[in-house]
Amino acid sequence: MNDTIFAPATASGKAGVAVIRISGPQAFKVPERMCGIKNPKPRYASRAVIRSLDGTPIDDAIILCFPHPASFTGEDVVELQIHGGRAVTAAILEQLSKIDGLRPAERGEFTRRAVENGKMDLTAAEGLADLVDAETEQQRRQALRQMGGALAEIYEKWRGELVRLLAWQEAYIDFPEEEIPDDVSESIRNKIIDVANEIKHHLDDSRRGERLREGYLIAIIGAPNAGKSSLMNKLAKKDVAIVSSTAGTTRDVIEVRLDLNGYPVVIADTAGLRETEEEIEAEGIRRALAKADEADLVLQVVDASAPGFETEFHDSNKILKIFNKTDIAAVSPTEGFCLSAKTGAGIPELLEYLAKRVEDAVSVREEPSLTRLRHRTALEECVKSLEDSLKASEIELAAEDLRMAMRSLGKITGQVGVEELLDVIFKDFCIGK
Amino acid sequence: MTNEFDVIVVGGGHAGCEAAAAAARTGANTLLLTHKIATIGEMSCNPAIGGLGKGHLVREIDALDGLMGRIADKAGIQFRMLNRSKGPAVQGLRTQADRKLYRREMQRELLNYPNLNVIEGGVEDLISDERDGVSSVRGVITGDGVSYYAKAVVLTAGTFLKGLMHVGETKTVGGRVGDPSCEHLSDALRRLGLRVDRLKTGTPARLDGKTIDWSKTREQPGDEDIEPFSFMDDKINVPQVLCHITATNAKTHDVIRANMNRAPLFSGQIKSVGPRYCPSIEDKLVKFAERDSHHVFLEPEGLDDDTIYPNGISTSLPADVQDAFIRTIPGLENVRIIRPGYAIEYDYVDPLEMRRTLETKKVENLFIAGQLNGTTGYEEAGALGLLAGVNAALKAEGKGREFTLDRADAYLGVMIDDLITKGVDEPYRMFTSRAEYRLLLRSDNADMRLTDKGTEIGCVGKERAAAFSEKKRALLEAREKLKKIGGTPKELEKLGFSVNKDGARRDGTDLLAYGEIGWDDLAAVWEELKGTRKDVVEQLEIEAKYKGYLQRQEADIRAFRKDEALIIPKDVDYRKIGGLSNEVVMKLSKVRPETLGAASRISGVTPAAVTAVLGYIKSLKQ
Repeated sequence: MNDTIFAPATASGKAGVAVIRISGPQAFKVPERMCGIKNPKPRYASRAVIRSLDGTPIDDAIILCFPHPASFTGEDVVELQIHGGRAVTAAILEQLSKIDGLRPAERGEFTRRAVENGKMDLTAAEGLADLVDAETEQQRRQALRQMGGALAEIYEKWRGELVRLLAWQEAYIDFPEEEIPDDVSESIRNKIIDVANEIKHHLDDSRRGERLREGYLIAIIGAPNAGKSSLMNKLAKKDVAIVSSTAGTTRDVIEVRLDLNGYPVVIADTAGLRETEEEIEAEGIRRALAKADEADLVLQVVDASAPGFETEFHDSNKILKIFNKTDIAAVSPTEGFCLSAKTGAGIPELLEYLAKRVEDAVSVREEPSLTRLRHRTALEECVKSLEDSLKASEIELAAEDLRMAMRSLGKITGQVGVEELLDVIFKDFCIGK
Repeated sequence: MTNEFDVIVVGGGHAGCEAAAAAARTGANTLLLTHKIATIGEMSCNPAIGGLGKGHLVREIDALDGLMGRIADKAGIQFRMLNRSKGPAVQGLRTQADRKLYRREMQRELLNYPNLNVIEGGVEDLISDERDGVSSVRGVITGDGVSYYAKAVVLTAGTFLKGLMHVGETKTVGGRVGDPSCEHLSDALRRLGLRVDRLKTGTPARLDGKTIDWSKTREQPGDEDIEPFSFMDDKINVPQVLCHITATNAKTHDVIRANMNRAPLFSGQIKSVGPRYCPSIEDKLVKFAERDSHHVFLEPEGLDDDTIYPNGISTSLPADVQDAFIRTIPGLENVRIIRPGYAIEYDYVDPLEMRRTLETKKVENLFIAGQLNGTTGYEEAGALGLLAGVNAALKAEGKGREFTLDRADAYLGVMIDDLITKGVDEPYRMFTSRAEYRLLLRSDNADMRLTDKGTEIGCVGKERAAAFSEKKRALLEAREKLKKIGGTPKELEKLGFSVNKDGARRDGTDLLAYGEIGWDDLAAVWEELKGTRKDVVEQLEIEAKYKGYLQRQEADIRAFRKDEALIIPKDVDYRKIGGLSNEVVMKLSKVRPETLGAASRISGVTPAAVTAVLGYIKSLKQ
């Protein structure tokens, strides 16, 4: 931790401006040794010539210094706004690595330091990462909300509630002769049930937040030559999958990411489904079915001119039948969509329907949604401990389970100490004689 | 020279008694200096030993062959196991103690203790010298100007350092009613560079039992089946008595509220902080204004003593107000007050000055224990005194041995770690909720946790060591027997035990884990279990009951001990460690934690800072 780290904060390549960030106890050595700036004015943009350590000019730049703890990482931070050419960046990075105590940053190291120095909690850091990765408008909204602490807030609320419940329980244990109302243990039980239910409700969101973060997955399946790849190309408006009329061309799964009215959608084109002896094709089919299983929505493409082999799925709610090739065969189905992937007839209607369906499934709701498997796992652990606590045979075991539940929540955001507990005990009860 | 010793213990309270006896047991030629031999072992506040967390501490003192448990068994007049309806880890043994009996038995013990000399004398100064910038204590000087020399000194002066008592507007200098204070010793401590500050505690009035109308109070009986404190005792021979309960009411509260301006706590006369856990009655009225009644426990002070200790109405209100409000309480309408309650302010040494051995970091050979360390309670004092006594003896021995306990060893370890890493802002009292490994740190296994450690370091006598090794043998034997019995679900059903029909074989320990199956049920089927010692049965039943949870705690403990094993060098300069904020540098420099684990428990020390310290220690080693 005593290292000072540096890295470009902007993407590599030609650009008007590039930013290099330096963080750590030696950070201010950089303006001193490379720009001749001693005791920099905090958060002030100074213009200076950046020189190599032997004094040769490298670039004319803007220097910003943030003394700790008022910086992104909580350490001394320097930002160099330089001209965005590869050679400029490379020359400066090379000089930085020659300064004693400085080394290139590892992936995510700046944010990690910010978390470790208490500048943000883990969920906010994850929100930040998501914000950088956000490709669509709705993803940006969700990430910004998380970075602003919306998730941390509800997890902290639950943890606060558990701290209070545990404090009550501990008071009940540690002060048997005191005047703690007898109905306390019943009310603790009821409150534990309430919290467990709230967490379960939060968990039971059909993976809304995670799907928005990862993209809503639509799998296209169907018999060989039913027109799956053509449909995908029409939806994606560019040629991504190889389209030919030889049956069984798409042997693996091909995915494209789309922005559908601000929502991220991943469309997966899969191998045609049919009985086969061929090993490679069979593997393709196995993958196609696996993809369909994983998908949020399955478009089952049927050749309207030659309906035949169809696979049955367990979860029929996520199957949407698409009758293709209406340009050469007339159909009047009772379900699904009729279209021609070749002429494009029916495609706008399908897109409109998909947009609505995706929006229903992943739109940002009033309460913040769970966005990561890590949170889901910790919350599931928490619910299990709460349920164990309700079943425990002795109060000290119930308290131990409650402590575990709290720790699971703490894993997502922070920690709990004994003093925090005692503070609650003495605020809520008249203890001592 | 007759005034040279290995260890000198200053003070004959609960910390001093244990410290002196422990130092003597560990082999040090020990001197106990007290201002009055007649008050050795005095219970200055409530006449009771034990309670939740506190009962655990008494068992731990006993497991290390200390005195408190055995003396309490000789003086206990009403034994009660608190929390009997809850699980074994959170039950706490408590007894009302006959004040005179306790004192007498403690004095008898100490005045006849091998290796221990007891001399009367009030210590007012320390003899110290300085070598290479390090101060060391060499001895003490009494008020009469007599010097005593020793290789190590343990201070256990309780509330006597600049003690100042408050009853209403009246202030009296003294360490306890009727006793003088010690006016100069804390100046000596300050001179040596130790941080000394003020704390406050209080005690209620004492009542004449002959003037109480007992018919208006509720009886509170003790336990029928008494469990003694000491592992060495199997029964109690002292006659047992009743306690009584009454309560304050609206009238009581009116009288107190009308006189709040005369309460030293609220008039500004007392500025120091008292324990949240034993608030005065005026404190309770302010903090819990919505309550119209508070319990008052009427506790007898002795078998042949009519004095009653009204537990629950500690106060420093003026004597006439005390008189008036006490007489509004049912049963106490015509009570005679023997002496009024009072608050006392006293000097204490910031426990952040201590090492894990209770030696001060700044002054060599100086150990501090008890209330002087910022704690409250006889049991807390006794336990700290014992550990300080053992370590003072080891220091005098000069072989570099130390006796330390961590948070997974004992409540005593939890207490010391809390004190030396967090400091105190009010007198520290033990609770079971302070121990994160509570299910492991139980009363029933205090000997299993500590006696072998004590034997190894030399503070456990032969008699106890022998008794303990016999218990261990019996426990091992019973464990083996449990492993051999049991059967498949089908076999068990035939024997009358219904378990899940999963085909899995269950042994005796598995069966005991079922709430409804006890040792006697097993012994009814498997004859060989009959005749097992009661304490062994109890322990095996508890272990089986907690099994799953204990396994989880053991995993936590392994992780905890890893950090505990990383020792931070004494003289580390935190300013030299890069990446630490000024605030963290200041905190670490003030506390000077001895291990990386302790550093991580200091409030405000971030995980990043701990990593930086770890990196630095490792770089030093290379």
